[in-house]
Amino acid sequence: MAWLELRGVTVPLGDRDVVRGVDATADGGDFVVIVGPNGAGKTTLLRALAGLVPVRGDLRVRGHDPARVDRRTIARQLAYLPQQYDLAFPFVVEEVVLLGRYANQRGFGLATEADLAAARAAMRACDVGDLAHRRFDQLSGGEARRVILAQALCQGAGCLLLDEPTAGLDPAHARTIFATVRAQCDAGALAIVVTHDLDLALRHGRTMWLVAGGRLAARGAPADVLASDATRAAFGLHIHVGALPSGEPFAVPGEPA
Amino acid sequence: MSGFVSAGGGRLTGRRLAAALTISLAVTALIALAAPLVGVATEAQGRRFEVLGLDAFARDHPYHAILWVRIPRVLASLLVGGALAGAGCALQALLRNPLAEPFTLGISSGSSLAAVLAIRLGIEGAFGGAGVGGAALAGAIGTLVIVAHLARVGRHLPPATLVLAGVTMSMFCSAASVLIQYTSDFSEVSRMLRWMMGGLDSMRLVAVGYATLPILAGLATLLWYARELNALAAGPEAAASVGVNVPRTELVIFAVASLLVGAAIALAGPIGFIGLIVPHTLRAILGPDHRVLLPASVLGGAVLLTLCDTLARTIAAPAQLPTGAVTAVLGGPFFVLILVGQKRRAALWGRG
Repeated sequence: MAWLELRGVTVPLGDRDVVRGVDATADGGDFVVIVGPNGAGKTTLLRALAGLVPVRGDLRVRGHDPARVDRRTIARQLAYLPQQYDLAFPFVVEEVVLLGRYANQRGFGLATEADLAAARAAMRACDVGDLAHRRFDQLSGGEARRVILAQALCQGAGCLLLDEPTAGLDPAHARTIFATVRAQCDAGALAIVVTHDLDLALRHGRTMWLVAGGRLAARGAPADVLASDATRAAFGLHIHVGALPSGEPFAVPGEPA
Repeated sequence: MSGFVSAGGGRLTGRRLAAALTISLAVTALIALAAPLVGVATEAQGRRFEVLGLDAFARDHPYHAILWVRIPRVLASLLVGGALAGAGCALQALLRNPLAEPFTLGISSGSSLAAVLAIRLGIEGAFGGAGVGGAALAGAIGTLVIVAHLARVGRHLPPATLVLAGVTMSMFCSAASVLIQYTSDFSEVSRMLRWMMGGLDSMRLVAVGYATLPILAGLATLLWYARELNALAAGPEAAASVGVNVPRTELVIFAVASLLVGAAIALAGPIGFIGLIVPHTLRAILGPDHRVLLPASVLGGAVLLTLCDTLARTIAAPAQLPTGAVTAVLGGPFFVLILVGQKRRAALWGRG
């Protein structure tokens, strides 16, 4: 049984079907990057996978319908990084990261050694270890993004759903985040990442889903999907895919199609 | 910009929690013990401020009877203060709104309307003070059900619609109260106003007895949800994604907080400001973690209301001031001091 199974998944929001008839599967070890133009339904699809919006059709996460399973059980298997994260109270960074341990804690939930170790490892991976005692609301946008990613990582879930994890990040940190997620996948995790950074998606992703007009318009190896007619039609741009002299692949958006 | 003021500091450790709770409990115990011993003796030559010794607790002490008049009042102020501050703290977290408290959610006004109606219909004559208290509790529950129904979107209670529904209900109930007062006779209006000012005088031990268990059970329930309240600081979707059952948490917190407020109002009438200033003040000292903030707010509310009530019954003795008015008059400037101090230290108004 695949970790994620979607059969004819449609997501209605208000009186409109934002995602329509999506069929797909994904398994442990895969790094799926979801690309597509603004308003195509990428975020809604990700929220549906996280069980946060009701869907029609058949959606299974590790064999269960995420809308019907206890949230605590889902959170141990699946971490979701929202596109926007607005914290009402000025918690410090360490506290924000430790919120990710909720599903693993019992009773009053004072952090145990295991919680602290998970939080420290996640903060190291996201390069926010030295921000531990800073107030979250006084961080820059990019720093805050990395802290929330650390929260998602320290959840210890096998499946990571990340909505634009590198939005607002400088190129070095964006690259580090993709490399970190890729390392998680190499260790057996499944990551599904919505991104507008086609270059990073090409370099680190294993599978690419192109979402356009609420449908899964193409899927396959990132280089093939980016070079496809479907991608050109979706973005209205030529996407140039090539290789550096070192052999590293790259993708850059080109002229209007 | 969140609008919440808060201390920084690190994560909550067992040691920090124990220290904060030990100090809060010690202060509460001290005030609870001292408050009934404080009073004003009125004699032929004038008024005399008087502090009894601990020996007044002995059965054969001449002031033993007076002490037992004050004790129910002190117990009531501890319970009511704790309930209001605990409920205010939980509602601010649930709604992610620094203005959230029983008054902004319409619970107080709904409860007052029911009490005014009870006085107008003569329920007070038939059932005594308990009749008005019971009506106030029923009013709180009724308002809760209406506000929650108006605000509900799908399975959620979005903060914005909840506050909007609360403020609308509050305005409606206040206007209805005014209309009822307008059509009442002088003696009824006088009793209505007296009730709406909020006060703990003529508190009976049996009333305190009835309220104790529900209030303590309610506060324990809120405390049980402290971690969920922390997670909800980032909104319902973020809380759900770390594993919180958000619809259940919203329902339990909203219902329990409203019942706590209803019980507090039934006992003492509407007493404002405690639910607002105590959590804000303590958040500035202890930080935003509800595992320490919530119990500290309960104890802080108990202490503050007991102090205010002791002041209310002594400062103009033998006249007694309405406790609700004293909490507002003292609480306002105190809160301003906290805000000014925080702003001076740094830009602590959250982001921006």
